[in-house]
Amino acid sequence: MPDIRQLRFSSMGESALLCDAGGSTLELQVQERIWCLAEIIGQWPNVRETVPGMNNLLIVYDSMGLSPTTLKHSVIAAWSELEVVPRQGRIIDVAVHYGGDQGADLSFVAQHSGLASDEVVALHCARDYVVYCLGSQPGFGYLAGMDERLATPRREVPRTRVEAGSVVIGGAQTGVISCTSPSGWHIIGRTEVAFFEPARSSPILLAPGDRVRFHAESITP
Amino acid sequence: MITVLASGPVVSVQDLGRPGQRALGVGIAGAMDPHAFRLGNILAGNPETAAGIEIAASAFSARFEEDAWFALTGGDCAATLDGMPVLPWWTMRARKGQVLSMQPPRDAAFAYLVLAGGVDVEPVFGSRSTDQKGRFGGVGGRALQMGDVLQTANSELRHNASDWNDRGFGLSPRFRPMPEEETPVVRVLIAAEHDALTAASRQSFWESIWTVQKDSSRVGYRLGGPRLELKAPMELFSHGILPGVVQLPPSGQPAVQMADANTCGGYPKIGVVIAADLGRFAQLRPGRQVRFECVSQEQAVSAARDQQAYLRRVEQYVALARMMRPAG
Repeated sequence: MPDIRQLRFSSMGESALLCDAGGSTLELQVQERIWCLAEIIGQWPNVRETVPGMNNLLIVYDSMGLSPTTLKHSVIAAWSELEVVPRQGRIIDVAVHYGGDQGADLSFVAQHSGLASDEVVALHCARDYVVYCLGSQPGFGYLAGMDERLATPRREVPRTRVEAGSVVIGGAQTGVISCTSPSGWHIIGRTEVAFFEPARSSPILLAPGDRVRFHAESITP
Repeated sequence: MITVLASGPVVSVQDLGRPGQRALGVGIAGAMDPHAFRLGNILAGNPETAAGIEIAASAFSARFEEDAWFALTGGDCAATLDGMPVLPWWTMRARKGQVLSMQPPRDAAFAYLVLAGGVDVEPVFGSRSTDQKGRFGGVGGRALQMGDVLQTANSELRHNASDWNDRGFGLSPRFRPMPEEETPVVRVLIAAEHDALTAASRQSFWESIWTVQKDSSRVGYRLGGPRLELKAPMELFSHGILPGVVQLPPSGQPAVQMADANTCGGYPKIGVVIAADLGRFAQLRPGRQVRFECVSQEQAVSAARDQQAYLRRVEQYVALARMMRPAG
């Protein structure tokens, strides 16, 4: 059983505290602790919201009612006393058209990783991805567990428009764009699954703890 | 009720935004200059949560389909009501059929048109603000267009307005936009990756004059100036970010996250603009220059408290002004 990762703290403006338990790699056990920590801290007075990230947690608080020092000490105590309750997420199947017009960067990712395009697709589909958190845009799930061979640093200059449904890779992470928007991630394919639909009774499809499973509907190298 | 006669791509319904939803990836949106917007609601006699219209970068005009009290705050739009000038930071009554015409704000980036009763659109995730990225909120998640008809939410507030003097009254705002020749100073708190910059780059950040670039938007403001560098390349795991965060993308040019920013990011963070100064910063149009000043947590909180106290004082004065009826 690994030691509990120490939290590293930094302030983000006068009303937010970033608590980082991240190491050199993303760990599901750490993320499970982050989920539990977020639930506990979310109940505290003067805390406005908790935003889980990738092995980290941003706490937004009322700076007129709470000092960052007091908050930090309370968080340290809660982290060390934490009882982890495992999550039962759902499996979300995602059919993808990889490459071609729908995945303009598939060959770039392949080149960068030294693999063939269909090998990139096979690796991308080979495992289930746990939804660590939502962020960046409504309903965008940050998925962990991508094969490190596919890791590709974000673009220097983001694209001004990436369509909703685009399956993307950015750094060591993969995801599906939920709203048409600018993005610095690489587009490897496209799906029709709608991860965000404001008119739907449940506008947001994913929740932290769910698992996303990709499969190739087609591959255009 | 008003009918939009002319509008532009950066004109939209906004309120104070939808905080508290970042864990769903839903950003705050809301007025880019919340201070000016709040003053608009105070002048118009609205609750703080009422929605209004944010105008930037283009002309805007609308016809009042019924008598209504309104307020204009923020940038000076050379506004006229049926050809008669309306001062900025003013509140008055329009009569049915009158046309309010506004030029693009010239001394600042954003102007606010607030109607007594507030704009009535369906709240989404608890707010009437337009989220153009998500295409929800406001009017269909988009900018206002010619032909849009906007109702006011609280007709009781609108009707009470008929007791008041047509000519209205105004406010001499505490913070006027600085003349173009002057360079405002914006207060910033140090953020996590500040020390990951080279010493020369840290000095450049604090001492340089930065220019707001043309491709700045409600999502983020890009700043032009000396290229900033990290001591060593770094790729951070994605984490929650907030409006005001000054990121350092690979381009070496700082980018300040604004109201429509993504809720999560992975670029290094140099600093965070303090809440009390973010609206003032947002009001800098492309081409304007700015300098940054490093402040402490205590100074930042004190500035926010100070701004709130000012708003409370304005509320009291406006309440007094409303009680005074014209003689005869």
